[in-house]
Amino acid sequence: MIARSSTLSAPWLLAGPGALFFFGLVLLPLALTVILSFHAYDHSTGIQNTFTLSHYVTVVTDGYYLEIFWRTLRIAALTTLICAAIGVPEAYILSRMRDPWRSVFLLVIIGPLLVSVVVRTFGWSMLLGSQGLVNQALQLLGFPSVRILYTETAIVIALVHVMLPFMVIPVWTALQKLDPMVEAAAWTLGASHFTALRRVVMPQVTLGMLSGSLIVFGLSASAFAVPALLGGRRLKMAATLVYDEYLHELNWPLGATIAIIVLVANLCIMLAYNRMVEARARRTLG
Amino acid sequence: MQKNGPVALIFHVLVLTFVLAPLVIICLVAFTPENTLSLPTTGLSLRWFKAVFEHPDFMASFWNSIWLATLSATLAVAFAVPAALAISRYTFPGRDFLNALFLSPLIIPHLVLGVAFLRLFALLGATGSFAWLVATHIIVVTPYVLRLVLAALSGLDRSAEQAARTLGAGEWTAFRRITAPMILPGITGGWLLAFINSFDELTMSIFVTSPATVTLPVRMYMYATESIDPMMAAVSALMIAITAAAMLVLDRTFGLDRILVGQR
Repeated sequence: MIARSSTLSAPWLLAGPGALFFFGLVLLPLALTVILSFHAYDHSTGIQNTFTLSHYVTVVTDGYYLEIFWRTLRIAALTTLICAAIGVPEAYILSRMRDPWRSVFLLVIIGPLLVSVVVRTFGWSMLLGSQGLVNQALQLLGFPSVRILYTETAIVIALVHVMLPFMVIPVWTALQKLDPMVEAAAWTLGASHFTALRRVVMPQVTLGMLSGSLIVFGLSASAFAVPALLGGRRLKMAATLVYDEYLHELNWPLGATIAIIVLVANLCIMLAYNRMVEARARRTLG
Repeated sequence: MQKNGPVALIFHVLVLTFVLAPLVIICLVAFTPENTLSLPTTGLSLRWFKAVFEHPDFMASFWNSIWLATLSATLAVAFAVPAALAISRYTFPGRDFLNALFLSPLIIPHLVLGVAFLRLFALLGATGSFAWLVATHIIVVTPYVLRLVLAALSGLDRSAEQAARTLGAGEWTAFRRITAPMILPGITGGWLLAFINSFDELTMSIFVTSPATVTLPVRMYMYATESIDPMMAAVSALMIAITAAAMLVLDRTFGLDRILVGQR
């Protein structure tokens, strides 16, 4: 009897403090933010104690907000595509290298993950500026200088740089599970390199690529530092819009509305994607 | 094993250039003797590093960030280790929910966490205090510790622990003398990863810091939006150096690829 009750209470004694802490600082603030998004707001008196759906109506009908959401989706999708186009081949190339090169280059590729996003974005703003290295190189080659900084191109370039490790890591992990002898077996059995790549390597890689895309898309769509520093004042994305509503316009309910939409969209995409990936995993891996 | 062809190697070099270019340019520009952001052409100078160390705001933010990261990583370990023991060793109602709750900050965009904390603190009248800032960082970094400790526990041979228990060791003694040393790599790796993530965090912190508790990334962000001089490059170069040092330690002790890649 005593033993039974102790096995029931032991895990809660161990995890209880953390659970309470997370309950109070994750679920509670999120719930408060959802409530906040329904509060009415008045520009002269601030947050009202009446409830309204008007912020949601504003956000989904006003062209200004729709344009920002549309831009956010477009940039996130483009970043995901480019990350896949660069990250998947790169992970494959890395997996075919020999140590020590393999571990050295893997570190070089995923190491920047640990460098602050502000630092990396600042590096890109120097490279892409009107007097930056990219433009100097273009002029040296006889091309006219182009305006890259404060355009969507700059945002996408820097986002790809920030997100690339999140694509390489899952593809690399998937490739590690693949026995290289299987690919070799396909060659011995008469498959061309291309066929072996398509029929043996790709099915494994696709799983890693799908989970990588999910992370990259979610993080890009809610990225703040890159659009804030490289997009300038006019080129806003969802995260910089929320920041402006909160800290410049002081319209917290509207900012909360946009933040909740970002969160819900993120969770929906994640759930749908997970379903798809699981279904695919069952089909291809049996 | 098939070797990479010339096309693959060229592609690889291009990717490496892309990955390293912004970091290399920062480290070069940081040594410029000029007053503007430019590559050092006439000579190398440490004047902008000196300027950073003499800049009271940057130094205050630096120490603030160091303390914040140390405290939040340590407290995250204090929450995550018992939680990992509960999740990996017991089956109880609510176990999956707890696991999801502890890992949820990885899925919730930091932006959303930031505005959520801001609302809570505004209602509590707690905006701008350092203690609450630590609390928010604990939330953000605990999942990293939890994942590494869970991985360490799942690969653990429990026979040594059971032997200790049979020989009369209490639960606490068995944990302290047997289990804890065996999962120490997971704990230390988790602590370091938590430290780095807290030290680098911008998007959430920007909502919950006050002028007195501005962290280094937030300070750098504000500085970068207002003025452009090589001091920003010098701070960035220092950040890169600190991160690289932490990476080397992580890599020598546990293998960075194992920590970042092979968590499951």
